[in-house]
Amino acid sequence: MNKHVLHLVLARLVIALITLVIVSFTVFAATVLLPGDVVEILLGQAATPEAVAGLRAAMHLDDPAIWRFLQWFAGIFTGDFGISYANNMPVADLIGPRLLNSLKLAGITTVFSVPIALTLGITAAMWRGSWFDRTVTVLSIGVVSVPEFMVATSAVLVFAVYLKWLPALSFANEIHSFGQMLRVYAMPVITLSFVISAQMIRMTRAAVIETLNTPYVEMALLKGASRSRLVLKHALPNAIGPIVNAVALSLSYLLGGVIIVETIFNYPGVAKLMVDAVSTRDLPLIQTCAMLFCIVYLFLITTADIIAIVSNPRLK
Amino acid sequence: MANLVEIRDLKVEATSDAGRVIEIIRGVSFDIAEGEIVALIGESGSGKTTIALTLMGYARNGCRISGGSVSLDGRDMVRLSERERAAIRGTEVSYVPQSAAAAFNPAQTIMDQVVEITRIHDLMPRADAEQRAVSLFKALNLPNPQSIGSRYPHQVSGGQLQRLSAAMALIADPKLVIFDEPTTALDVTTQIEVLRAFKSVMKKGGMSGVYVSHDLAVVAQIADRIIVLKGGEIQEVGATEQILTAPQHDYTRELLSAFTPKQHARPQAPTAAARKPPLLDVLDISAGYGPIQADGLPLMRALKSVSFRLEEGRNLGVIGESGCGKSTLARVIAGILPQVKGDVIFDGRQLARSAAHRQKEELRKLQMVFQFADTALNPSKSIGDILSRPLSFYHGMGRRQQESRVCELLDMVRLPRAVRHRRASELSGGQKQRVNLARALAAEPKLILCDEITSALDTVVAAAILDLLKELQRELGLSYMFISHDLSTVQAICDEVIVMYNGEKVEEMATGLEEGPGHPYSRLLFSSVPKLDTRWLDSLELDPELVSAFARR
Repeated sequence: MNKHVLHLVLARLVIALITLVIVSFTVFAATVLLPGDVVEILLGQAATPEAVAGLRAAMHLDDPAIWRFLQWFAGIFTGDFGISYANNMPVADLIGPRLLNSLKLAGITTVFSVPIALTLGITAAMWRGSWFDRTVTVLSIGVVSVPEFMVATSAVLVFAVYLKWLPALSFANEIHSFGQMLRVYAMPVITLSFVISAQMIRMTRAAVIETLNTPYVEMALLKGASRSRLVLKHALPNAIGPIVNAVALSLSYLLGGVIIVETIFNYPGVAKLMVDAVSTRDLPLIQTCAMLFCIVYLFLITTADIIAIVSNPRLK
Repeated sequence: MANLVEIRDLKVEATSDAGRVIEIIRGVSFDIAEGEIVALIGESGSGKTTIALTLMGYARNGCRISGGSVSLDGRDMVRLSERERAAIRGTEVSYVPQSAAAAFNPAQTIMDQVVEITRIHDLMPRADAEQRAVSLFKALNLPNPQSIGSRYPHQVSGGQLQRLSAAMALIADPKLVIFDEPTTALDVTTQIEVLRAFKSVMKKGGMSGVYVSHDLAVVAQIADRIIVLKGGEIQEVGATEQILTAPQHDYTRELLSAFTPKQHARPQAPTAAARKPPLLDVLDISAGYGPIQADGLPLMRALKSVSFRLEEGRNLGVIGESGCGKSTLARVIAGILPQVKGDVIFDGRQLARSAAHRQKEELRKLQMVFQFADTALNPSKSIGDILSRPLSFYHGMGRRQQESRVCELLDMVRLPRAVRHRRASELSGGQKQRVNLARALAAEPKLILCDEITSALDTVVAAAILDLLKELQRELGLSYMFISHDLSTVQAICDEVIVMYNGEKVEEMATGLEEGPGHPYSRLLFSSVPKLDTRWLDSLELDPELVSAFARR
């Protein structure tokens, strides 16, 4: 890696950090602006004004908003996410196990869907216009058009209710063997894969086809190269940038966007935790969850950009 | 001599986006003997590249070989299976592309791509292939033959890439090499080197060749026989000498006459006493791109203290190779790129540096026509709308007035009036350039800056545009500043020429005096322009010191 590439990568990281600060400010501001006073919600409608004022002072809610923001922001960096209003536990303790669950689900889905999606996308591009290509296109469009709750509930109906092959609910902590794990994760993973694969397949196919239309691929064809050599040696290395970006965008969905899937399968992940936090007005928890989603998203997008920069041959 | 290639009644069909099937090659037959170089010559759309590619059994997307046979060394490329064709491609027939810059994969080193044919067909160990590649690099006169292979395509110049692409084609000792306009994208001083390298390697290897080009003078240097094509049909076949000196077919004569520059009949230069103040006076201009440095000049200096003047009713040619700053000069005068130093005085007034600060009247009198006619026209507007815009902007004309003026403008540029209802995509390249010209004329300017306006056009079409420019000048008393890399175009229309090199004006002279002594770079530039003479390249002697000093190889 030369100096120029290093410079570009560092610049990208700095941009990611700046974005993070802006995002955290936005998250904080948005939760502060939410209607309703936290203290009044906590104490209920019968609260005396003295009690409200006392609790306010105890919770430092009378401090200027910017000061509270700075404190909260500093807390994030030191691992102190605050105390949950609803059950008085540190937010970190609440989120920790849930995050682990979510990452497990996301990880398994990634390992399962990315290779399949890329292979389908690349092979569809290789045999563009063939029956195989058309089938893949129709199926991926079909799958992306069916809403995920439909996929999820149909899966539950077929595999859990009629066939009784799989449990309808996924309790991630009851796993003791590999077979059990398969049974527990099968339905949520398949549902999520359906949702995220379609975009990856279509973007990969488009990126590969675009490079297949370049003069240098035609040149390789006129050198006598086979179809697989054209795609794997000439087209694919030049299509990495757009492909990783499509993958990153799809994967970013796996942490924040899986609310419906987690709810339907009653899977104890972060998204479900956030939904619960919203219904109890648990501001620190909401803020932390929102920040978490933003950080994962930023991480994925930044990684994709850096891979695109490093893989660009013109920067070598 | 036996025939290596026998093409019989070849037909190729193309399917348009609308699904219509058009026959683009209509029954072409010809032979190529062993060791012979045959040129396919014609304008764009004549089918010359399509025919050349059928020799590899290949038709581009949307095209299909629909009939006839292409026999290469006894095998019919049309009837072979794709696998059999792939085995022949690269080993027996190979291809040198038009734009080497686009034909090299940016993600691989040059060596990987040059020896790829030997890897695909498993011809020899990699080390042997690399050795062979290095000896080809030497034969093709490439600098640093030992190490150039380890670079990436974007790290070497265009002329070098073009020669590297020839090495790529020659690595497996093919019987037939197809050259697809391999020097069209190069500067003239670079073109000579590349042509010489091709010629000597082909002669040494005794290979047959197909040379596709639109440039008769280039073809004259390298081909034994010329096939003239138009609209997918052969017009004339003959030995190179015969085609050049005694063409039989009308179309060949037209091509030849479009090539021969018609010297501009210059009005006598006015005597010093009768001189009016100049229409355009450019004083000591410096401009460039990138951040401004401590000395007040930009990082990339595209123009270095350029001055010249242009009198009313006269034409100035600006000539130079790519990157010499000639287009930047036009952009500065038009106010698109504000200069950092120097003044532009036009029609007696000093112009603001940026077009945004110039008055409407100043903008009106100074118009520009761009090189790529299609990108300069809004694809979603009708030609009538495009021409009406300057009419309402500069002259505040109403609807009805605009309509009649648009018709007048179309008459002026010799386009049918019905064109005003069409869109740019429905017009040919020459027609689009006429519309561009009409748009400039709509402002009723005094000076038109023409930036390579004929470079993207075929010779016959370009010659017609030049004639039109002259006619308009007679009728309207315009002046042109005519930027081009092509000496003969400039000679055809200009009174004076300035030669630019590396951002500087190296010489200023009247046209017709190019043969005389002058700046060494101008001498090199003018002597590098190919002539319609088969002996030109072999007899040309360039001062090697001059070449190494100025030619960017």
